[in-house]
Amino acid sequence: MTAAIEVRDLVVERGKRRVLNSISTTVPRGSVTGLLGPSGSGKTTLMRAIVGVQIVRSGSVLVLGQPAGAAALRRKVGYLTQAPSVYDDLTVRENARYFAALYGYGATAADAAIRDVGLADAAGQLVASLSGGQRSRASLACALLGEPELLILDEPTVGQDPVLRAELWDRFHALAAAGTTLLVSSHVMDEAGRCDRLILIREGAIIADDSPADVRAAAGTTDLEEAFLRLIQEREEAVATPGDRAGSTAVANERQTP
Amino acid sequence: MSARILAATTRRILTQLRHDRRTIALLVVMPTALLTLIYYMYQNLPAPPGAPRPFDRIALVVLGLFPFTIMFLVTSIAMLRERTSGTLERLLTTPLNKLDLLFGYGIAFGLAAAVQAAIASAVAYWVFGLDTAGPLGLVILIAVTNAVLGVALGLFCSAFARTEFQAVQFMPVVVIPQSLLCGLFVARDQMAGWLQGLSRALPLTYAVEALQEVGAHTDATGRMWRDLAIVAGAVIVTLVLAAATLRRRSG
Ligand SMILES: Nc1ncnc2c1ncn2[C@@H]1O[C@H](COP(=O)(O)OP(=O)(O)OP(=O)(O)O)[C@@H](O)[C@H]1O
Ligand SMILES: [Mg+2]
Repeated sequence: MTAAIEVRDLVVERGKRRVLNSISTTVPRGSVTGLLGPSGSGKTTLMRAIVGVQIVRSGSVLVLGQPAGAAALRRKVGYLTQAPSVYDDLTVRENARYFAALYGYGATAADAAIRDVGLADAAGQLVASLSGGQRSRASLACALLGEPELLILDEPTVGQDPVLRAELWDRFHALAAAGTTLLVSSHVMDEAGRCDRLILIREGAIIADDSPADVRAAAGTTDLEEAFLRLIQEREEAVATPGDRAGSTAVANERQTP
Repeated sequence: MSARILAATTRRILTQLRHDRRTIALLVVMPTALLTLIYYMYQNLPAPPGAPRPFDRIALVVLGLFPFTIMFLVTSIAMLRERTSGTLERLLTTPLNKLDLLFGYGIAFGLAAAVQAAIASAVAYWVFGLDTAGPLGLVILIAVTNAVLGVALGLFCSAFARTEFQAVQFMPVVVIPQSLLCGLFVARDQMAGWLQGLSRALPLTYAVEALQEVGAHTDATGRMWRDLAIVAGAVIVTLVLAAATLRRRSG
């Protein structure tokens, strides 16, 4: 079976800046892949390219075996934008039912998605009157609808309390166990540890693309946060002295995962 | 396009409107208030011999102009909100077809305009004694077609606005020249030749002419149907142009 996502030599320019600089990576099906990196490193841009709403300069993005953005993919790929994108002047339930209808699902699927994100009590509330974290979850509910084959979630747990975060991650793993592929961006390192694979990008280039255990081993530390700092440092040194890449086995921009 | 998605989108837009009570109140009350104003403005103006009362002439055209203007404004703001809130980008990643969205707006606001036009016409006819040779139903039909033209132009123009401030500035650009040249203020055949030519290129002119035909003739005239067809054609062309402004991919 083809990979869920196959990115080859992707170059994206936004404004006059090169935001993604020849990125290549492969995301296998049925896994939870974490997309991590400093603010402004290009996570959202990469996700936009994968759902097919980003104009790309060159390179290719294959999603479930088809070019990103292909019409047939639109019912198979769920996308959560970083900023909540739901209608302020509709209730949570009305929002969920509308997005459910777009995918051909009824009220039951909509209500289930609302329950999944813990918003059942606020289902009748206008989105405009929700708290920030509730609003993000309302937006998440609309992305989870109908259990798509591929879920692209841009910072789905930001602004949520630890209990809810744990519940949402359990939900993500349950979805992956059932065959869904998830690509989840995050800033929180304890979430990185919950992923099957990690992609770390910095300034539009991939600096690590491995399982959390391998990332830890490559960086020689058990702490993921520390591991990322070291990888970023190594990368900077490698750039400063080209040719000297000692110890950077996880510097994986040039290594392809089959 | 899909009937299911179109219906869901229309319902969603109407639900948003339903939650906004004040906008509904304004949609209902404003035309009545304006007609009242016009009625008293022209109350003491004598009718020229053999011609309709000035109020009849003005009110008939206003019945068509009002839904056009309001629906243009409402739609351009609603569509701009879809763009700035990220919901448009999200919608374009779903199975929704661009035309589902555009027609959804056309139908939803067209229905709102029908209600508005019906109430305004009822007031004009039964409170202020508006008198037309042709039937009320045709007046409402033309008003609603005209409102849908406003919706289509609003959908199109919203693509060129980044902010609400910019969007409202399109109102004078789109509405005022068409209103000035449509024959309401100066009869079209009394305008300079180049203005007549310009007037003939603007769709509102045909909507107003159609209304005047209903005002003057008992039965629907061929010219009225032709005018109405031209307005409907302008709606289609504008919707196609608006669809071209909805890009799935952006920078
Ligand atoms: N519309 C745009 N036009 C020009 N540049 C943009 C645009 N959107 C983003 N950028 C730039 O592209 C770069 C990558 O942005 P992106 O949103 O992908 O970052 P990110 O990794 O998602 O950051 P964060 O963690 O803060 O969400 C940033 O430097 C940003 O300033
Ligand atoms: Mg981002």
